Amino acid sequence: MGISSKPVVFAVLAAVVIMLGTTVTVFIPLLTPSTQPVSRYIKPYTAVEQEGRDIYMREGCNNCHTQTVRPLRTEVLRYGEYSKPEEFAYDRPFLWGSRRIGPDLNRVGGKYPDSWHYTHLESPQGMFEKSNMPPYGWLAKNRLDTQYSLKKTSILGYGYSERDVQQQIEQYRSTVTDKNYASKESRDKVTPPELRNDLTEMDALIAYLQKLGRDVKKMEAAK
Amino acid sequence: MSDTGYNYRVVKGFAFSALFWLVIGLVVGLWIAFEMFYPALNLTPWLSFGRLRVVHTNGLGLGFGLAAIFATSYYMLQRLTRIPLPFPRLAQAHLYLFNTTIALAAVSLFAGMNTTKEYAELEWPLDISVVVFWVMFAINVFGILVKRKEQQMYISLWYIIAMTVAIAILYIVNNLEIPVTLFKSYSVYIGANDANVEWWYAHNVVGFIFTVPILAMFYYFLPKSSGLPIYSHRLSIVSFWALNFAYLWTGAHHLMLTPLPEWIQTVAIAFSIFLIAPSWGSVVNGYYTLQGNWEQIRSNYLIKFFIAGITFYGLQTIQGPLQGLRTLNAFFHYTDWVIGHVHMGTMGWVTMVISASFYYMIPRITNTELYSIKLANTHFWLILVGQFTWTITMWVSGIQQAAMWKATNPDGSLMYNFLDSIASLYPYYRLRFAAGVVYFIGILVFVWNLVMTVRQQPHQTEA
Repeated sequence: MGISSKPVVFAVLAAVVIMLGTTVTVFIPLLTPSTQPVSRYIKPYTAVEQEGRDIYMREGCNNCHTQTVRPLRTEVLRYGEYSKPEEFAYDRPFLWGSRRIGPDLNRVGGKYPDSWHYTHLESPQGMFEKSNMPPYGWLAKNRLDTQYSLKKTSILGYGYSERDVQQQIEQYRSTVTDKNYASKESRDKVTPPELRNDLTEMDALIAYLQKLGRDVKKMEAAK
Repeated sequence: MSDTGYNYRVVKGFAFSALFWLVIGLVVGLWIAFEMFYPALNLTPWLSFGRLRVVHTNGLGLGFGLAAIFATSYYMLQRLTRIPLPFPRLAQAHLYLFNTTIALAAVSLFAGMNTTKEYAELEWPLDISVVVFWVMFAINVFGILVKRKEQQMYISLWYIIAMTVAIAILYIVNNLEIPVTLFKSYSVYIGANDANVEWWYAHNVVGFIFTVPILAMFYYFLPKSSGLPIYSHRLSIVSFWALNFAYLWTGAHHLMLTPLPEWIQTVAIAFSIFLIAPSWGSVVNGYYTLQGNWEQIRSNYLIKFFIAGITFYGLQTIQGPLQGLRTLNAFFHYTDWVIGHVHMGTMGWVTMVISASFYYMIPRITNTELYSIKLANTHFWLILVGQFTWTITMWVSGIQQAAMWKATNPDGSLMYNFLDSIASLYPYYRLRFAAGVVYFIGILVFVWNLVMTVRQQPHQTEA
């Protein structure tokens, strides 16, 4: 073969061959809107939920938990309705995962009260003796850093003003620090006294977990 | 330095960097394997499983894998073109930048700076650093190929060219992200598209790092070690182009039954099945090379590594496409089965071929003999037994977990909750850890053997 004595031609040809499958299966879907459809029922994450999502990423939760329920009978029985593409219209990056060391979380929002999550994150083994999940109690000892929340939500194109972001943060803070907050007892148990009037990383993570699979229920109900 | 003028300093530098990252990556691997059945080992945030798993995968994939590829590529490039590296100082700078990048990668992943895209977890400043050292490598690759003295480019050089081109495209496209701070960024792609781009990348980065350059080593070092020419040049040409063509269509077999459009998944299944042909083209080429000389598997310690390695490659490339089939994927995906599959490729095929290539190459670049063939044989049997026990354990564990997820009572309700399935896997996790220890001891023997080899006095009179 002649090209085996022409390295540059060889490299160009290799690139062309590589780009064929890439174009058809990656670039064309990327330019096709139906690959990632949107729905008016699916809302972007609030500033606090987005911070929670970033903590989920930082701790590599995606290494053990998937966020896609497959359209299989036992899977729908276990986790709930299978995942729809519209649900992921604000996910940058996607967090579908590739391994279920723990259960899928795509439909975990609203499944348990916040108190369940505070207690479980603090000590998974305290709740389920045989669990192998790492404990995350220390998240409640970290004050939530919101200095980049506005920048983050604007890069992600959520369309929030500075006021919106501040309001979202303040609103969630007042919810979880309210003396009538339904999960106050569990929250106080894991949160050190000096942080009880502030938002912690654990608060944000729970806000994110409670968002998962919530909006899509409205979309499905409307169908 | 040899009197032919070849630059072996950078080859040696990369080879020992590879061994260093191999040991680090395996220690982290053993640690997380222990965490799987003993969660109290998640002692601090930076030792928690979620952060450590990516240190393990990046340390071995980027650290060990790439360093070994750079070492052997710089060696093969010089031998096969019959000229020294055109830019030796650039290659030396490549070595320093590479190790700095990997060290910073490890630290940043420990600290939780993680984009979460598998095998592309590094944050954007380190992505830039990876691109820079890749360009440094590519300049030497194309520089030496253009200036070469040998008219025909041997098969191994084709594979090195394909890797150089493909990894550049894959890495840049998948890592496009918008920075928030120096330590945080967001992918430019959204949801299903981000998933599609990522698995196109992740599948092919495995292909073009754990297959293509390993085949380059196989096609070069097997004939060198055995003294036998490759069985069929034509078969290697067909296999090469078919592999390069088909690989890129198959990423979505990692996204079976997800919200990704169904046609992309189906196309991926079709091309995955097709991929068996070029993969087995190389397997057959390897086996037939030894035709009539199979006694070498007993008499030549290097041949054992190559033949065991290509056998695992053959099994891997049958298992992979079958796992991609929708019905089988519905059962096996998300379980330990896939972990077993990956580790047969990495602990079997990749490490076996790199081991033998290093055993052949390092005595030659340092002008000595291998310190101990007996230790090399010990190394072989330890990693073979370790790897096989490891992967079989994970396959069985995966089947059990999948079956428990799917089991239903006569009334149609689920038989087991998720926790039941975890609790039943602990015996397998303990056995997997033990197998990992056996494998790790084998690797320590390997490292020791090579360290002792280069500490010997070089021969005075050889060319």
